[in-house]
Amino acid sequence: MPFRLAFLALFRHPARTLLALLGIAVSAALLLDMVMLATGMKENFQGFLMLRGYQLRVAPKGTLPFDSDATIDSATMLVRDIAKLQGVAAVSPVLGGQSQAVVRDSTVTSFTLGLDPAVQGDYELLRGADLTDSTSLVANERWVELTRHAIGDSVTLAVGYDPQLRTVIGQRTFVVRGVVRFFYMSTSQATVAMRLPVLQAMGGPTRHDRVSLLMVKAAGGSDPEAVRATIEREHSRVSVLSLEGATVQVEQRLAYFRQLALVLGSISLAVGVLLVTTLITIGVNERAGEIAVLRAIGVAKQSIVLQVVTEGLVLSGVGALTGLLVGLVTAQWLERILADFPGMPATFHFFVFQAYDAGIALGMLTLSGILAGLYPAWRASSLPIAGTLRREAVA
Amino acid sequence: MSAIVEVRNLARDYSMGSGAVHALRGVTFDVEEGEWVAIVGPSGCGKSTLLNLLGAVDTPDAGSLTIAGERIDRMSDSAATAFRLRRIGFVFQRFYLMPALSAAENVELPMAEAKLPKKARRQRVQELLGYVGLAGRIDHRPSQLSGGEQQRVAIARALANRPALLLADEPTGELDAATGLEMIELFRRLNRDGTTIVVVTHDAQMAGAATRRIRMRDGAIVPPSMSDGVGA
Repeated sequence: MPFRLAFLALFRHPARTLLALLGIAVSAALLLDMVMLATGMKENFQGFLMLRGYQLRVAPKGTLPFDSDATIDSATMLVRDIAKLQGVAAVSPVLGGQSQAVVRDSTVTSFTLGLDPAVQGDYELLRGADLTDSTSLVANERWVELTRHAIGDSVTLAVGYDPQLRTVIGQRTFVVRGVVRFFYMSTSQATVAMRLPVLQAMGGPTRHDRVSLLMVKAAGGSDPEAVRATIEREHSRVSVLSLEGATVQVEQRLAYFRQLALVLGSISLAVGVLLVTTLITIGVNERAGEIAVLRAIGVAKQSIVLQVVTEGLVLSGVGALTGLLVGLVTAQWLERILADFPGMPATFHFFVFQAYDAGIALGMLTLSGILAGLYPAWRASSLPIAGTLRREAVA
Repeated sequence: MSAIVEVRNLARDYSMGSGAVHALRGVTFDVEEGEWVAIVGPSGCGKSTLLNLLGAVDTPDAGSLTIAGERIDRMSDSAATAFRLRRIGFVFQRFYLMPALSAAENVELPMAEAKLPKKARRQRVQELLGYVGLAGRIDHRPSQLSGGEQQRVAIARALANRPALLLADEPTGELDAATGLEMIELFRRLNRDGTTIVVVTHDAQMAGAATRRIRMRDGAIVPPSMSDGVGA
């Protein structure tokens, strides 16, 4: 009977209950989004780094990949040495830099990658052909859009400009072979890729046999951490970042994001609790006479508590389920906004739905529903029976 | 006959802003099993306070109160609640039915609280609503019933767990004269069938129909006259 009375009490003022449900749903949606944001970035970052199965990143000593202009010298020998190590399946060298394409009267500056197409882990081909020879170039949609070039077109690129000699440095002509999507680059950043020796040669002596980064894939069954330790031990001029290490680095850098998510999530939860508490307390005050009568005819305090707490639970539960749906929709909307953030890689997602996270959000809301019902339940169960009936009679 | 209600030197004070109000002062009386007692007196004389104490919804400041062999003046809140559920039936002036529940559900409510099996509850609901003449109104909500019908449902609810004592506070107070007479007839039938009743009333006809009257003034019982019934 307490459950039936709880449901009926909620249906007594449908408009008020509906508005409260909407309020809780918004609060629940915000909570879910915050939980998805807090844990999703970490989870997604790991998947992001593992897109092509390369667990290790080898960078110049003391730097993070592409964190500075520093490069690793004698790259050919280093690649060969690392490839020979036990447990290493593949090594992918990458050199990063800038290039300029002169298009009619203007110059398009793009981020430029030099890599080995046989082992590259930086892009996927969308259309056309891969880097078949030293004159081949692949580019992303943004570069194609800015330069108005198409597959098969020729383009002249330079990697620098000498203001004293008033001449471009490392100029070469390429043929656009394919359009690709770079995993780790923003879609708004014009980016091209060519074979590694070509970019090294265009850079002149300063880029000779140099790379910015090596991506290393551990063989199946071997421990990437053991491979990482071996590389660092045998090659003191490089730093090796494992997936685990990179995740720690990112977590440190994104700590403020998680704190913000925690604060906003806590606020939304507190707002939900206050909303439910207020609504149910109003309902209890309105039904004080009825509750006193229930107590007078022998209904136990526990039954009254159960009834009122059930009201809170039903409100929170239905509001939470609605909020989960709203939260998923708003997460997609926010994802689109954040994806347009300058420099954001195309494959990176902030919000990742996980059943576990949704379960946590639902659990917290259920707990908050119980908490929200406790104060009005205490009020209801401790109403003085005789006094309340007397007041009701006078009223 | 044996006394089902034993009231001894009962006192109840209320603290007001300026001091204490003595709502009851040394009230002593018995109610025998099968009696129908009407408590009468002017407003503010302590009738409702006495009824609340008899119904274990309030506790006295002094004196003793025994109902069906149990001292209820010293009961804990949970014991008093259980006692009310199984031994006391309450009828209120304003019926106080649960508006969202049907007549049957209102009557079923105390039995559900007493954990009576569902089948037995349904059977008892049919029996009680038939007894008070509402067999055809079983699924009606209070808002679909007249005042007299609502009070009948309230009486059926009060009788649900076969109480030792039925307490009624101005049961005809909200009813028109004709319906009030029907209610008096129902109480008469209840009493004839063995229900012990204590009713607080201003209604002279209701008081006149009772087997005994207890008159109160200023929180105390006024000595009985010949017209107040046997054993007063």
